[in-house]
Amino acid sequence: MAVVKVQRPKLNAGEKVYFGALLKGMFITLRHAVRSLFGKTPGAKSLKSSGLGVTMQYPEEKWDDQMPEYYRGTPALVTDEQDRERCVSCQLCEFICPPKAIKITPGEIPDGDEWAKVEKRPKEFDIDMIRCIYCGMCEEVCPEQAIYLRPDYVVTGTSRQDMVHDKERLYEIGGKRVGLVNKWNDLK
Amino acid sequence: MDLTIHVATLIKIGVFIGITMTFVSICVMFERRFSAIIQDRVGPNRLGIPLSILGFKKDFKLPIGGLTQPLADGLKFILKEDFTPAYVRTFFFWLAPVLVVGPALLTMAVIPFGSPMEIGGKFIPMAIADLNVGPLFIFAIASLAVYGITLAGWSSNSKYPFFGGVRSCAQMISYEIALGLSIIPVLLMFQTLHLGEIVQYQVDHGWLLLPFWGEGLSAQRFLMWIPLFIAFVIFTTSIFAETNRMPFDLPECETELVGGYHTEYSSMKFALFFLGEYAAMVVGSALIVTLFFGGWSIGFGIDNALPIGAWWVSLLHIGVFLGKVTFFILFFILVRWTVPRFRYDQLMNLGWIVFFEAALINVFLAALILAAPHIHGLATTFGFIVLAVITFFLIKIAKSATTKTTVKAI
Amino acid sequence: MSEEAPANTATAEKKLPKDLAAENGMVNVQIDGTWIQVPKGTRMIEAAKMAQKEVPHYCYHPKLSSPGNCRMCLVQMGMPPRLAPGQDPEYNDEGYQEIGWMPRPVIACANTVAENMGIRTTGDLVEKTREGVMEFLLINHPLDCPICDQAGECKLQEFSVEHGRGESRFQETKIKKPKNVDIGQNIRLDDERCIMCSRCIRFMDEVAEDPVLGFSQRGTHTSVTVHPGHRLDNNYSLNTADICPVGALTSNDFRFQMRVWFLKETKSIDTNCGTGANTVIWTRGNEIFRVTPRENNDVNSSWMPDSHRLAFHSLQTDDRLTQPLVKEDGNHIDVTWTEAVNKAAELLKSGNVAVIASGKQSNEELFLTQKIASAIKSDLLTIVPRKGEPDGKLISEDRNPNSTGANLIFQADDAASKLETIKNEVRSGNVRTLLVLHENLLDEAGFTTSDLEKLENLIILHTHANPTAALASVVIPAAGFAEKRATYVNVTGRLQRANQAVIAPGETRDDWESLGTILAKIDPTFTIPSSLDGVLKLLSTEIPAFKDQTFGSIGDLGVPITETGITIPLVEREKEKIKSGQIVG
Repeated sequence: MAVVKVQRPKLNAGEKVYFGALLKGMFITLRHAVRSLFGKTPGAKSLKSSGLGVTMQYPEEKWDDQMPEYYRGTPALVTDEQDRERCVSCQLCEFICPPKAIKITPGEIPDGDEWAKVEKRPKEFDIDMIRCIYCGMCEEVCPEQAIYLRPDYVVTGTSRQDMVHDKERLYEIGGKRVGLVNKWNDLK
Repeated sequence: MDLTIHVATLIKIGVFIGITMTFVSICVMFERRFSAIIQDRVGPNRLGIPLSILGFKKDFKLPIGGLTQPLADGLKFILKEDFTPAYVRTFFFWLAPVLVVGPALLTMAVIPFGSPMEIGGKFIPMAIADLNVGPLFIFAIASLAVYGITLAGWSSNSKYPFFGGVRSCAQMISYEIALGLSIIPVLLMFQTLHLGEIVQYQVDHGWLLLPFWGEGLSAQRFLMWIPLFIAFVIFTTSIFAETNRMPFDLPECETELVGGYHTEYSSMKFALFFLGEYAAMVVGSALIVTLFFGGWSIGFGIDNALPIGAWWVSLLHIGVFLGKVTFFILFFILVRWTVPRFRYDQLMNLGWIVFFEAALINVFLAALILAAPHIHGLATTFGFIVLAVITFFLIKIAKSATTKTTVKAI
Repeated sequence: MSEEAPANTATAEKKLPKDLAAENGMVNVQIDGTWIQVPKGTRMIEAAKMAQKEVPHYCYHPKLSSPGNCRMCLVQMGMPPRLAPGQDPEYNDEGYQEIGWMPRPVIACANTVAENMGIRTTGDLVEKTREGVMEFLLINHPLDCPICDQAGECKLQEFSVEHGRGESRFQETKIKKPKNVDIGQNIRLDDERCIMCSRCIRFMDEVAEDPVLGFSQRGTHTSVTVHPGHRLDNNYSLNTADICPVGALTSNDFRFQMRVWFLKETKSIDTNCGTGANTVIWTRGNEIFRVTPRENNDVNSSWMPDSHRLAFHSLQTDDRLTQPLVKEDGNHIDVTWTEAVNKAAELLKSGNVAVIASGKQSNEELFLTQKIASAIKSDLLTIVPRKGEPDGKLISEDRNPNSTGANLIFQADDAASKLETIKNEVRSGNVRTLLVLHENLLDEAGFTTSDLEKLENLIILHTHANPTAALASVVIPAAGFAEKRATYVNVTGRLQRANQAVIAPGETRDDWESLGTILAKIDPTFTIPSSLDGVLKLLSTEIPAFKDQTFGSIGDLGVPITETGITIPLVEREKEKIKSGQIVG
């Protein structure tokens, strides 16, 4: 690699004084500010500007209709067509979870339960959304297709405890998922 | 001195300090909104009055575009943990923020906010202290702020704040010279150091930089415009440097020094530095307005048509003054979001090699123009020639000096 | 050497490797191209292990007979060609005969090595064979891994990753078998997961001597069952879950509690009887999830009784003592550890003191106890004897884990001999202060409440709340067996060490710290060692049997330090079986 000597541009007297450029710069800034003030910034329309700059006013306006299919929001548990908990608490997600956000207490399904043949399901299933980094490893590792990253991204709470999603909340977010591999069907 | 004056002074202290502080906080708000607009953003536009924290059911939402944001900012600063690191020199560490805010607010005392008001047969000037050495007082007190910043940097007992403090010290001393020299032509013109009289002069003879109305308009007055404009440019730029504003905010430049002299500060102590900087900006603007743009004067010869002394006239003039100050604050903000930061050697070159010499020559130029009607013909011509020669040589020397330093720097 | 070597070759005729090996009762075997010497009669699988070549296997277990029914350990074998009459064997440069490789594989677990034998544990034939065996084993194996407790320590998982083909070609319906069968108090059976290795059947027959398990049906329908009218309720049944290579037999106690990959293993020993079976304590966080036996052929072979294995639950109950207590006006009030220890030392200095130590205490604690007794000039020092019916296998008659240690440290033939004396002295009112360590006197020691009420001061150090502690004037919480490092001497005179697996609850401190501090308060010349190692060092200098012993020298398997004449029946039987060649051992 040869050394390339970059020649500094020769400036004329006017440019050296710097004032012209300064005023020009301020004029450009000001023009841009005025445009922005009236919502005329380039790209304002395609970015769904609220009329000031290119910014969308978040809680009132949302991108939801443009959310891609593969968007990774909050992880949640899903049930199958027959409302069975898909999770069997194998704890692989707990193991793989990089920030250790998942905590599972496994439990046995008692005899007499409709799904007693599955034998195992989580007694408690907590995901600490303060810790979660939305990496999707849990979804990837799940052998039962029980945990999915849903498009929900609004996770708020007023205390740390609020931010821990328990089993009930996770099923509420996840809902029912049909058309997946059905491992514990009648043939099994 | 009777009771009226005492009471009036107390009221003036309350009102003007109040105005300044309000201005400072609104400045922050303006800065955030204006910079947001420049950058295609929105800025803080939501905050209403959070009644719910007082137990009410709903927040009160006013369509004021987040004007209460400064209040929230202040509250946040007060409520944050005030952390003093274990390794700092505690006394100076606590003293520093006070030394930054104090001078900035003190200088406000001599600024005439409006035309005098007539109460009980007495004309009460609309400045807290109607000193007859106004600009000198301001320079003297404002320079004290450098102690605050230097002390903050030194007492933090940490590398980056120390650099910040040292830079600030060097920078403020350098630009103080240009600042002081630059207003000599202005003072030559006014022939007084009393800020109230300076404004009155402009009421009568037209604003210093807009000499289009009033008495005494002559060719000499228009010729004077040249050194006055040079003075204005140097003065304004130096005010930028004195207040540590972009493009001269090297003492706290984030990319090099983390947070500069206030790296180790948090909570209200940090807020005081912030306050100090903006207060200095407000005072700087007020000074520029007072010296170059007629202070509280409405201009266009209207002022003398108004009944001076009536309370509404005073209030009107205060309004006009604040309007002008606001304009300059917006100018400060516009500059900040337009001009990139200087390199430190560029900053020093500009201060010592350009502004210092330019201000010096400017003094002689102004003097020559003012003296021209009295000394006539040959002497004037000779004077101009000498000045031109000196200027030429100074530019030569300055050029060689700059190239030398750049070579050294490389 | 360099001078002698050529001289040898020059004078004597060079000896062949087979003759050299035979002199030591060894044979030469070539394993994956490397020649090694192994003892005559070694199984091929063990020979491969000596050469650090792993042969995958399910049914083979060194402590059990080898039926060779899983076929996983198939390897390729070769022998020198059979000589025609009158033909001389040909030796190559290294002195070995050419190996003629057999075209079909043999099982490595049941065949023994022979001179000049070759074994290939890799290669096309072996790999193809293993892949085939794996495929057959997996045909009817359910995909239960997500709910199976064995997942993570399952040999079927491991070998199917290593040797399996990765995807199934099986298109028929899988055979259905009973799942989740209750066959005994501690064991759950899942027949679908069973790969018919018969380890459990052989274990119950040969080791537990309670043959209740067997195969029923034939072919793909073969399944493990208990014989009609029987249940797997033997006290050694949980060992079958340990040796089961898959998840067919799982522990009811550990069922669905935690996945094994979260558990931390701590090597320890069992403290429920004098045998001191070597164990591994499996913990996650500060919770013990299970205890399994650890192989030590001088103590417990690879086995452990269920009753001892499940005893760890007593450490995780709500009635643990967690806070030092001092009795004031008839009520126990919470105090700091320092206050309690100071108070105890003060009371002990008052004279007329007897000390009832415990055989459950470690050597270090007993040593400090003995020092306390001599510091307060009391010869009333005893442990509480704890006898039970031996089961003729691993549970010894002595239910104290450290009676032998107590005998050594108290330098008495029977450390428990003075219990009756102390009892009488307490009853007669001669003993005013009693220090009780790890014992509930109202239980096994035979004291009554009225006896103890005669005492002025009763100081107790215990893990659990109990009636004696309720009467005590000072209660100091103590750490349980998994919560401290300690050494014990088992009934055979073997010094063994236990490691700390979890942290003791609440304000509890290690017992040596409590006892050491009390001792230092009583006897100002005594300085507390900075660590437990220091206590053992002190002990080793004062008690001859412990001479030069440190935690390091004890090692994971312990060292014999004294002769007691007591043996462990199960271990003796196994030694006989090894001698007769029934098992490898």
